[in-house]
Amino acid sequence: MEKHRVVITGLGVVAANAIGVDNYEKALREGKSGIKYWEELNNINLKCQIGGAPDLDSINLSDYLPRLHAEKITNKGIIYAMLSGVEAWKDAGLEPNTEETDYDSGMIFGAGDLSFDSFINRDFPAYPIDNGDSRRLGSRTISECMNSGGAAYLNNILGLGNRVLSNSSACITGSEAVLMGYEYLSQGRADRMICGSTEGDGRYIWAAFDAMRVLCSNSNDNPEFGSRPMSDSSAGFVPSGGSGALDLETLESDKARGAKIYGEVLGGHVNSGGQRQGGTMTAANPHAVQDCIKRAVKAAGIDPKEIDLINGHLTSTKGDPAEIRNWVAALGRSGEDFPMINTPKSMIGHAVAGAGSVELVASVLQLHKNFVHPNLNVENIHPEILSEIFGGCIPTSCQDKEISTIIKANFGFGDLNCALVLRKYKE
Amino acid sequence: MTRETVKTDLIDIIKPYLPEEVMSTEVSEEKHLINDLMINSAHIVDIVLDIEDKFDIMIDDDVIGEMNTVQDSIDVVLQKTAA
Repeated sequence: MEKHRVVITGLGVVAANAIGVDNYEKALREGKSGIKYWEELNNINLKCQIGGAPDLDSINLSDYLPRLHAEKITNKGIIYAMLSGVEAWKDAGLEPNTEETDYDSGMIFGAGDLSFDSFINRDFPAYPIDNGDSRRLGSRTISECMNSGGAAYLNNILGLGNRVLSNSSACITGSEAVLMGYEYLSQGRADRMICGSTEGDGRYIWAAFDAMRVLCSNSNDNPEFGSRPMSDSSAGFVPSGGSGALDLETLESDKARGAKIYGEVLGGHVNSGGQRQGGTMTAANPHAVQDCIKRAVKAAGIDPKEIDLINGHLTSTKGDPAEIRNWVAALGRSGEDFPMINTPKSMIGHAVAGAGSVELVASVLQLHKNFVHPNLNVENIHPEILSEIFGGCIPTSCQDKEISTIIKANFGFGDLNCALVLRKYKE
Repeated sequence: MTRETVKTDLIDIIKPYLPEEVMSTEVSEEKHLINDLMINSAHIVDIVLDIEDKFDIMIDDDVIGEMNTVQDSIDVVLQKTAA
């Protein structure tokens, strides 16, 4: 079977430091933090009282979404998915289908947990069911809580008729969605797929992470310093929300439309450490991480030496040095030979299931516009990282640099790994 | 509460549930919520909840079935608020 080339033709993003792709690029270049202190988290005794929430007050939702969606949907994960998905679709030069269903286009749009904070913005108590008041749930509770809610509401706007799927794989959800979209298109089963993921934000989901003691609790008085991946003082991740979306398209379809190309997806791999060999519900099996990266490189048909930039997972936890060790082992590159490495997490925190797609938008922008965004708050690089790679591989200011090949990875709860290789498009 | 004020409030409640192609100026008393105004039938329960909040009343399930037109809905509100 002929394998189709797959290109990226549209982008959309809702992140803690910016809404919209142009604003996001500017924020990434400037090293703008979206992390804030939240008094409400203090009021309910969370240890971590900082987080990143996209600033919906900065835009008028009805400028972007149909009336019902703009005025009535309360679930932030779904609002973010609709905003990023519609932006990516329009950025690709496409319009929502009004009457007809478009059977050539589909969607893989995942989510982490849409239900934790579903009720948070509604004007009735959080869980009315136990008060005998379930009729107050109305008609939208199921569609806003179901894990496919982001995709369902987005497709309510777009009208796509090929495969519409919502994956859920913790922190790899976004990169896995893009990988699955790539695989589907490379088989020629659709012309284009909107691929992305979403995660809402709020005190319920953040409280559950806080209870696990995995969040940063020592920067409440200095929120923008809280997320510091690869630092010797990394003290836990900073929770956030957001959504990214990529319009993937077969090269034939792109050429037929004469649409722009941001870059090409060369391939990738997704696997699991099986929660064995050092892997657990929350920790990654290093053998599996390395296997995933190696197979992604092989599937992309590149030599590891060709990689210009690594967009890592790097959550600002004790896992960061282990991640660097895995990259070094899998790519066979270390010291000064190691590629540049960064992650937007120092600016936007960890958007959980939204992370992969929001970060992939950053990867594509750096590839397309030839820059490397800074990592904030790395005052001192962790010594275990410095024993593996040259400190200059970790940029702390924005750099203009020709970028041809990027590898992006995410690692998630359940011992899941996903890696993708992107390249600048050449005929 | 006059019929006109109830009608104004009711139109405000209904407005977000109208399909994009239906203008709120098209909402008049004789219009059927589902057949004429093309409101998704699933959203009738949401409109009822919004009406309950706005007018501080309770609307029983059997009464919801009688709220077919805008006029029916105004009548229900007037009847409940008069009680």
